[in-house]
Amino acid sequence: MEDYTWRVGGPQGGGIETAATLFAQALARGGWWVSARREYHSNIMGRHSYLDVRATRRPTRAFFERVDLLAALDAETLVRHLGEVKPGGVLVHDPEAARLPLSKLAMLDSAAYRRIAVALGGGDPLVQEALERYRDEGVHLVPLALEPLAREAGEAAGADAITARKTLNTVAVAASLALLGYPLELLEGALEAHFAAKPGVAELNRRVAAEVYARVEPLKEGHLEPVGSPGKRIYINGSHASAMGKVAAGLGFMSYYPITPATDEPFYLEAHPESGVLVVQVEDELAAVNMAIGASMAGARAALTTSGPGFALMTESLGFAGLTETPLVISLYQRGGPSTGLPTRTEQGDLRFALGAGHGDYPRAVLASESVADNFHDAALAMNLAQRFQLPVIHLTDKYLASQTRTLEPFDVAAIEPDPGVQAREAAGVFPRFSLNAEGGVSPRIPVGTPGAGYWITSDEHDEIGHITEDPELRDAMMEKRAAKMDALKEWLGADAMYRAWNPGADILVLGWGSTGGVALEAMTGLDLGYIQVRFLLPFPDLEELISGKKLVVLEYNQSGQFAHLLTQETGRKPEHLIVKYNGRPMTIEEVRAAFEAVLSGTAPQYMVLRGGV
Amino acid sequence: MELKLADYKSDLAPDWCPGCGDYGILSALQMALYKLKIEPSRAVLVSGIGCSAKTVHYAATYGIHTLHGRPLPVAQGVKLANPELSVIAMAGDGDGMGIGAGHFIGAGRRNPDLLYLIFNNAVYGMTKGQASPTLELGAQPKSLARPNIQNKVNPLMLAFAAGFTFIARGYAYDVKKLAHLMELGLRHRGLAMIDVLQPCPTYNNLHTREWFAPRIYDVAAEGYDPLVPREMSDEERAERMGRFTTKAGEWGERIPTGVFWQAQLPSFEERLGEYLPGYPADAPASRPPGGEAERVSALMRGHRVAQ
Ligand SMILES: Cc1ncc(C[n+]2csc(CCOP(=O)(O)OP(=O)(O)O)c2C)c(N)n1
Ligand code: SF4
Ligand SMILES: [Mg+2]
Repeated sequence: MEDYTWRVGGPQGGGIETAATLFAQALARGGWWVSARREYHSNIMGRHSYLDVRATRRPTRAFFERVDLLAALDAETLVRHLGEVKPGGVLVHDPEAARLPLSKLAMLDSAAYRRIAVALGGGDPLVQEALERYRDEGVHLVPLALEPLAREAGEAAGADAITARKTLNTVAVAASLALLGYPLELLEGALEAHFAAKPGVAELNRRVAAEVYARVEPLKEGHLEPVGSPGKRIYINGSHASAMGKVAAGLGFMSYYPITPATDEPFYLEAHPESGVLVVQVEDELAAVNMAIGASMAGARAALTTSGPGFALMTESLGFAGLTETPLVISLYQRGGPSTGLPTRTEQGDLRFALGAGHGDYPRAVLASESVADNFHDAALAMNLAQRFQLPVIHLTDKYLASQTRTLEPFDVAAIEPDPGVQAREAAGVFPRFSLNAEGGVSPRIPVGTPGAGYWITSDEHDEIGHITEDPELRDAMMEKRAAKMDALKEWLGADAMYRAWNPGADILVLGWGSTGGVALEAMTGLDLGYIQVRFLLPFPDLEELISGKKLVVLEYNQSGQFAHLLTQETGRKPEHLIVKYNGRPMTIEEVRAAFEAVLSGTAPQYMVLRGGV
Repeated sequence: MELKLADYKSDLAPDWCPGCGDYGILSALQMALYKLKIEPSRAVLVSGIGCSAKTVHYAATYGIHTLHGRPLPVAQGVKLANPELSVIAMAGDGDGMGIGAGHFIGAGRRNPDLLYLIFNNAVYGMTKGQASPTLELGAQPKSLARPNIQNKVNPLMLAFAAGFTFIARGYAYDVKKLAHLMELGLRHRGLAMIDVLQPCPTYNNLHTREWFAPRIYDVAAEGYDPLVPREMSDEERAERMGRFTTKAGEWGERIPTGVFWQAQLPSFEERLGEYLPGYPADAPASRPPGGEAERVSALMRGHRVAQ
């Protein structure tokens, strides 16, 4: 096996996340590169949720729609993922589920119920019908009653019935790995590490895993073996990577108001005081942004995370940071909008908003991360840009990256040098904080509270020492000084930091931004296409020459083609094809490849909507 | 060098209307800072938007003139990032009790070591005299098209409910007493609020010097003791709360000023220090740069596939 995808589905809150972590860690310990993605409802308990774990011999960038093994912890998973197991793949399911009619699946919403019922031939079909479909598609069915197995294995390992039931996740993972003939020791290692804080629980789960291995026969073919050692690899999600990137660049202060999927970052930092970050949960996003601005004015490196609804509340203060030339980083975790929208699903619907948020003209930088690793590097870069150019920086990322976990080589922390930002820790007298004598628009900066000095900061237009002014000449001078930062920033960055190009010589170029990069690149393997990942949306890179004479395809996660419009605005080029997705589900390699093939064969319409996903 | 009162005055001349109560608040604050010998460069004044908000420009300290309603969060950010600084937040009554009222509650629950001044003129001065959240029901200052049909909020009661540990009221035309209150507030460890009755001769023709003068009195003169011991029996607590509520709710023929409530509770900085190694001595804005790589390495260790 070179490339294997395992999917576990079940009720939210039932521990399938733990199952995926255990499966991924067991494989990672065996030297596999693993990546996991999580799809879930905005619900605490009961609604359908699933995770994919993809294991490969080399690092990858995206996920497939169809999997090699589906471990269905409940009947709903079975019916929802119809058609998503590859021919020759495996379905592990509870044999009891077969007798249930679809209408008995309490958490199946009516829209899904109708669609699945029709797909299974109408009426109120039995789950058995779905099992037959799988079989017809060449899927190998493995009936395994996981719950009774958990009870029996747990009790055999000495646990009472309730505790035994809690080992269901371990049972699902152990059953899957036993079927695949994967060594038990590696799962045991993963269990020990996962339950390190609770040795008793670790021991119970180990015994349960051993029981399951003793009862489950390996499949005849399609085994997974360890391929090496993990070395120093880390297993990390996009939220934690973004948090670490900020710490690497000297983050000292983060205020937050809880919102999915942005809160994992401050929550993680709060749980790890060794990060040195002062984290404060506050009353609302207005407090969050303004507290961070205050901390930044005092000389701390400050950052925030939020998603659409919270960012909307922060916009007035974004202009405040812009006007007062206060370094500030906001990692904007995009999720399905508008309004509350699809709170736990992914989208790239906030690009135009990020570019234009706030009233009036002021400089800001907007960059977008392509991957989990990028979340680290871009968060650090955003922090340094904010310090160096004294402006707000919006770091765009999304739910897909936040809830994606992968093995990576450890981050090269030594390569990140925190920008000093502040020019002096002492001064005398009234300090011209907004001096017009400013190279690249950047005036020397000392923090508020610097001994011996003083100045003012105001949200009104101001003079060099920070007093209010309405003088027309001074107004122009200040507007121009601030605007000058954009050119200086662009020059400092250089083209390489602003975009990445693969096979740019091809006649057809796909352009994407943020998390579309990974799936675009995997989907075009072997196709005669080039790809450009636009990393900076503001300032925008100079792409005219690169795209001149090419046929252009834009790929993005929003309905209106926000990036395509930006491209037209910046380059005068309208892409020949726009491929979009806005149902909140991540793009899969299969559907993007099919769209690319249609482009190449000339059958693609100008505007294409991808509709895959559960 | 010996500090002088003049060292707290900036070169900018105030542009308030003649007779505005804001002059008195500015003078009182400068006197209190001077009295406590707080280095001007170690004091940060943080205001919102309104006539009141201009105050920060007239003091030769650091001054941050923020957005409408946001002085408290900005002030807390400054203070938490660098707890060595003396931070004074100030807000108009619209600023603090209207658009920024959520922060009032948030700050009260935290108890950061700040002084917070409310410039209570019962109107929105800067936008030409509309009713502010502290204007009584039925009152009609001259700019209002009809009598106020919304009830007023009592800043003292709200502060109490939110958990402020120092609750006082002053009067802008009694500068000396106000300066003394500010001194007490600055000395207090925790969140100190002073509701300052501030005449606005331009738009509030009801709450004038002549109206206030016969009504204002000092609770201390009546032997009122605001100090709340750390430990109290239930009866004692009930008795003190009753006393506080009676005084704080008094408004009309007699208007009490002075300190109404002062309790000693750990400040937010102290509570943070229990979880954050080295804080508040080693705070994000005062610690020397460096150590970032070690911090990330420590975090990454927790993510290693194999230890
Ligand atoms: C978000 C926002 N809304 C409205 C305003 C307009 N505005 C400026 S000052 C002010 C009211 C000020 O009243 P108050 O806070 O009582 O201060 P005063 O002028 O009375 O000292 C308002 C509503 C603004 N600046 N920002
Ligand atoms: S309008 Fe009122 S509050 Fe504003 S400056 Fe004039 S008197 Fe003072
Ligand atoms: Mg007012």
